[in-house]
Amino acid sequence: MSNNSRISAFRQGRRYQARYLLLIPLILMTIFYLIPLYVMLVTGFKSFDEVSLQTMWNLPSGIHFDNYIEAFDKLKPHLWNSLIMVIPAAIISSIIGSINGFVLARWRFPGSKFVLPLLLFGMFIPYQSVIIPLAVFMKNIGLAGSIPGLVLVHVIYGIPITTLTFYGYYMTVPKELVEAAKIDGAGLIGTYWNIFLPVSAPAFVVVLIWQFTSAWNDFLFAVVLTGNKSWPVTVALQNMAGSQIIAWNVQMAGSLLAALPTLLVYIFLGRYFLRGLMAGSLKG
Amino acid sequence: MFARKDKLFGFLLVLPSIIAVGIFVYGFIAWSVRVSFSDWKGLTPDYTFAGLRNYFNLFVDPRFHVDVRNTVIFTVVFVLGALAIGLSLAILLDQRLPGEAFFRSLFLFPMAISFIVTGVVWRWLMNPALSADRLSGFNLLFHNLGLDFLINQWHLTPNYGMAAIALPAIWQMSGYTMALYLGGLRAVPEELREAARVDGASEFQIYRRIILPLLWPVTLSAVIILGHISLKVFDLIIAVAGKQLPLDVPSIYMWQTTFDGLFYGRGASIGILLLISVAVLIIPYLYYSLRSEGEE
Repeated sequence: MSNNSRISAFRQGRRYQARYLLLIPLILMTIFYLIPLYVMLVTGFKSFDEVSLQTMWNLPSGIHFDNYIEAFDKLKPHLWNSLIMVIPAAIISSIIGSINGFVLARWRFPGSKFVLPLLLFGMFIPYQSVIIPLAVFMKNIGLAGSIPGLVLVHVIYGIPITTLTFYGYYMTVPKELVEAAKIDGAGLIGTYWNIFLPVSAPAFVVVLIWQFTSAWNDFLFAVVLTGNKSWPVTVALQNMAGSQIIAWNVQMAGSLLAALPTLLVYIFLGRYFLRGLMAGSLKG
Repeated sequence: MFARKDKLFGFLLVLPSIIAVGIFVYGFIAWSVRVSFSDWKGLTPDYTFAGLRNYFNLFVDPRFHVDVRNTVIFTVVFVLGALAIGLSLAILLDQRLPGEAFFRSLFLFPMAISFIVTGVVWRWLMNPALSADRLSGFNLLFHNLGLDFLINQWHLTPNYGMAAIALPAIWQMSGYTMALYLGGLRAVPEELREAARVDGASEFQIYRRIILPLLWPVTLSAVIILGHISLKVFDLIIAVAGKQLPLDVPSIYMWQTTFDGLFYGRGASIGILLLISVAVLIIPYLYYSLRSEGEE
């Protein structure tokens, strides 16, 4: 807060006090945002005997792990599928994005001014408009139903957002640094390796988190391109929720398990996540 | 600039990405258009030209009419709801209250969760059972709080069930809208507010007359981003309600008719119509923002 506004806030005395009333709506909204999390947690920790839809708001009698154990048992292979799909997808995407962003930010080749808008539009397309050819193509190259196939898809459809995020970041690298490197005789690779890569950590974190979350949370590509052995956790959870056999309390526990990796990333790296959202503020 | 050898090398570095996006985005869109002009049914591709028949059939298809209506209801409730909550939260957080950073990250955390997880949880929160002994979820909460008049059938409400599906979407995206608005509010120079205060304007008048008009560009971006999400809405509905005709939208129709019904021609035409509707929203916006960026 600047000194000026501090003084003016002080002058306004009573208004300054009344401001604290504004915490009331904020706290009410906090409750609204936490309700789904609350229900997931308390339901998960109930024992099978005390689970009933009519008591869903009550706290559990103690900490029981029945629901989590059963949900984990059912989701384990799919949580694993998600993990081994998301990690390479995020890493490969970031490397490609960094190289593309560097080249586009530092060198205008003929036609490069068309590349950015075409990439940008590629970020927004509804994937329903490419999914039929994609499914046929994946089948033809023998990657349908496989995890490497899904990795490939996330990497390719991630190119626009990763490239543009790095592009935006590299545009802020001072020109003087690049000039200095050139005087020292550094070529393209040298400039990237010695100047851009060492300062890239923030952009890498943002893009890694972004790609990790969007690949982990994806449903459309997964449901079309994988089979029940290779389902990632979103598809498995949806199938679990759609079946009549699996009790709702296990579904709640399963939801928490499926949300946990991205939630943890958010809790521990939230600042970067927010920055990523802003950098990719164009993408939904 | 770089030596010619370096330029060639740089071009070779980006070339695979350009080719990949060229094929997987633009090539596949063209391929989809071709499928949409065909009668392809069943497992074997059949590109026999059928003209615009698939599109004409959709325009007289009652299911597609339901889809369009549902998309409109969802879009209106979702976009207005997220804007209203997002703007209110941003204005509240702009008052520099204690705990601002905490509230800010709390309102944003739903962004980290998939629509599937959100949908599965909200499906139980919005349990439509009405009889007194079977009340659960929000209905039970309303009953316990003495707010019985709020008890409703949520997504099973005749004709307007789609509005209930927009609620979890608002829960998920209003924090993001808040972040957009907060960015806009923080960019309003403090001197402007000071000057208005000196002129005797109340805080309310300052927002109404000075700050809100300055936030129009943010609102425009938010409407475009939220609007294109609602055109594509898919997994959230599947997770809350499964595939039910009253809650059908183009993306679900596309998925079912293509991958369950094997009507590839019709599926492709729905995909292309979705693309056109998103393009109508996005292209003018991209054009405008790229142009103003170029002017800077």
